[in-house]
Amino acid sequence: MPETHDRTNLAEVARQIGEQVAGPNAVDVDATGRFPAESIRAFREAGLLKAQISVEEGGLGASVDDVADAVAELGRWCASSGMILAMHAIQVACLVRHGESAELVAFRKRVAEDGLLLASATTEVGIGGDVRSSTCAVEAEGERYRLRKQAPVISYGEYADGILVTARRTPESAPSDQVLVVAEKSDYTLARTTEWNALGFRGTCSSGFVLEASGDINYVFATPYGDMSSQTMLPVSHILWSSLWLGMAQEADARARKFVQNAARKNPGVTPPSAMRLAELALVVQQLHDLVQGARARFRSADADGDLRASIGYATSMNSLKVAASGLLVDIVQRAMLICGMAGYANASPFTLGRLLRDAHGAQLMVNNDRINANNAQLLLVQRER
Amino acid sequence: MEETIRGVLADYAKLPVEVNGIADDADLYALGLTSHASVNVMLGLEDEFDVEFPDALLRKETFQSVASIADALRGLVNAA
Repeated sequence: MPETHDRTNLAEVARQIGEQVAGPNAVDVDATGRFPAESIRAFREAGLLKAQISVEEGGLGASVDDVADAVAELGRWCASSGMILAMHAIQVACLVRHGESAELVAFRKRVAEDGLLLASATTEVGIGGDVRSSTCAVEAEGERYRLRKQAPVISYGEYADGILVTARRTPESAPSDQVLVVAEKSDYTLARTTEWNALGFRGTCSSGFVLEASGDINYVFATPYGDMSSQTMLPVSHILWSSLWLGMAQEADARARKFVQNAARKNPGVTPPSAMRLAELALVVQQLHDLVQGARARFRSADADGDLRASIGYATSMNSLKVAASGLLVDIVQRAMLICGMAGYANASPFTLGRLLRDAHGAQLMVNNDRINANNAQLLLVQRER
Repeated sequence: MEETIRGVLADYAKLPVEVNGIADDADLYALGLTSHASVNVMLGLEDEFDVEFPDALLRKETFQSVASIADALRGLVNAA
């Protein structure tokens, strides 16, 4: 496996893993709905799981941008593997940016040293999909916490080494007064309640579980979850997801382009009719590319500007990124399908687009676009400037 | 002013506690104020006091407590 301790070539490392490991296994992962264990092993060996942790703490000191480039590259080979790396990196971003207690710092170092894979349990049965609301609560007992959460989804929950869980701060707290808690594998049990057998992203193994955890009370983040969500979890999620979708879109675009170029070679001098569709596809791919890059630039600016980070305009723009990018992805894969025709529709063809199309449809549903638009509708009632 | 603010909170904040019993400096978010409800509180205050919160005040800290809301409103009412 490629070895790296150089954060500048994370995308190249991801490309090699995609070509040698994730890509060759993607059909089997999708067909059987299995966890892409070999991809995750390769991520660990190449340092991708610890990328954002500082060099002093054993990581590579990579930025969200570096990870986004790696995730986009994986989107071209195995979207499930790329999505798992993205979701893990979101948890690491929370640990790096908000993990202040000595215990959380020590845990972060172990994530780097042991290559731990982190999952997330934010949604809960009975809250209607609103991740800014919890029913379960942290119960403090001396130096330990206890919590029990009915999670409708914990992606790759059974394969993770730790889970970051949202809960009410205390059993007396209001549903919106939430904290984030690190639960280590040795500190929790999972009882599966639903099976993941979905149209796409089949390798993410996003089953439902009852999570029962008990651990060190200092594994509860001090920063309120609401602040962590608006400053880190939400913008980083939308940037990494949309970067993955950009990679998927670029793969669909590349297949369509190759298809048209093959046709052109058979009859030089005559522009194939599908070339016009390719030109139209290029417009949409450029829209998605520039949308994602623009959001990444805004995120970098917000890192250096607390006023921007706290503004309503920043919140609505990061929401708009997710809604717009997920819609463009489906549009792009469908356009590529029209260009490739039956060669794109066929499963065993160099131009096959079936898995990409199925995966693409998940983008609008994972945190439903309707919910995000409803949040923006509310925020826009008071937003003054874009 | 604090009493009028409490009236707006009672109408729009959807807190699970009695608004009249809330201390001026109590953390409204810890009492259950959601970001969704805070927007409605903002709209209610703008209507009640005939002001418009500028961008600089549209942030979580402005609506942290009855006292912080009163501070923001005094600045706006005096400037008007």
